[in-house]
Amino acid sequence: MIAVIDYGMGNLRSIHNALVKVGGNPVIVSGKRDLSDADGVVIPGVGAFGDAMHNLMPFSDKLFDLIDSGIPLLGICIGMQLLFEWSEESDCAGFGLLKGDVVRLPEGVKVPQMGWNELTVQSDTDLLTGIDDGDFFYFVHSYYCVPRDQQIIVATTDYGVDMAAVVEKDNVHAVQFHPEKSSRKGLMILKNFVRMVKC
Amino acid sequence: MLAKRIIPCLDCDLGVPHGRVVKGVQFKQIRYAGIPWELAEEYDKQGADELIFLDITASHERRETMATVIEKTCENVFMPLTVGGGIRSLQDARNAFNAGADKVSINTAALKNPGLIGEIAKYFGTQACVIAIDAKRRYGREPGREMVDTPDGECWFECSLYGGREFTGIDAIQWAVEAEERGAGDIMLTSMDRDGTKDGFDIELTSAVSDSVNIPVIASGGCGNPEHILEVLKETNASAALAASIFHFREYTISEVKEYLRKNGVHVRL
Repeated sequence: MIAVIDYGMGNLRSIHNALVKVGGNPVIVSGKRDLSDADGVVIPGVGAFGDAMHNLMPFSDKLFDLIDSGIPLLGICIGMQLLFEWSEESDCAGFGLLKGDVVRLPEGVKVPQMGWNELTVQSDTDLLTGIDDGDFFYFVHSYYCVPRDQQIIVATTDYGVDMAAVVEKDNVHAVQFHPEKSSRKGLMILKNFVRMVKC
Repeated sequence: MLAKRIIPCLDCDLGVPHGRVVKGVQFKQIRYAGIPWELAEEYDKQGADELIFLDITASHERRETMATVIEKTCENVFMPLTVGGGIRSLQDARNAFNAGADKVSINTAALKNPGLIGEIAKYFGTQACVIAIDAKRRYGREPGREMVDTPDGECWFECSLYGGREFTGIDAIQWAVEAEERGAGDIMLTSMDRDGTKDGFDIELTSAVSDSVNIPVIASGGCGNPEHILEVLKETNASAALAASIFHFREYTISEVKEYLRKNGVHVRL
């Protein structure tokens, strides 16, 4: 089963329904004990970094164990940002699973970025099977991730700055956009994730 | 670069089981267009960028919101969903988000209680609150109004309530600016002069508002063909165009419209 972590950061109906739609077996979990049977974990989310980090803390030990054991993890939007070391939003430390910081979108663009933007694929990975350069995904965010290790960036998007839109390091995967709101192409990414979980 | 958005609007009559999508002509005569979530799925297939469900029964007949319609839609449709019509409080907004909406659209309640915009933005983020403005042309100069030149003479734009049944005396351009300051994420701007006419969007209105705010403006009211959408997206700073009848009654598919737009130099998602 794929554990979708409910840490009080918004409605999980869409991500749950989308995972079902692509053949996954999602379970919304709100306590760390429920993570024990997980073969895959999704950290969804909307909201502020500080609140998200605070609410996710009780899951952290178990989450680290699962990641060490090699099960696939997918962070979405704020769930991507939390994986990094520090965020300018709330001046708050993240999990530090990925090296780098989260900073505010640059001057000169409308914040939040809200709408459909294009991906530039940097390297073909299992998560991006079927995704082409120029495919559009739905973004809603005010901060973006700046990975220190460029190697983990597998796709970027341009919004005032060329930013990491998809990152992957071993079994840790994360996307800045909302695949559960990105129609057919978004479902394709979730399907690729479900396939990794089943392997 | 963000794509310009094409947004079908589903006006929902919830006075029948499961609800039904209807379309009125200048908010009066009504035509039946289909079951909300079935139309939503069709629009997803055609490449809609976002969907807006407006409960046209709620605002004056005080009906419950359309939670079931949204829940059903969310089972198969994966794109941003906005719910409007009769959202009067933070609790109404929360109910819509819990059902699966990504944004709520408010009109009357925001004009009566502008603080509601800030409350929604604080709890759900600024992207979550769409301010719907139903604007009507008022010809003739008046002090304190934002006057706009049009081919028919100078006019200002007045905000209306309850789908055009009441007028407020509030200047639509000034209200859009205030709504942005209070935390609105989008302005859904409907021309009451054009709505249902299929004569094209009100270009002067859309220009004036989209030049006055930094948040996205969704142009609405009067769309009769793809040329109208091209015109409003080319000649104004609108970020999105909304249409109902041309899609509901299958005069054009969304993909046809988008292909036409792209051919004419508009950045859209195909």
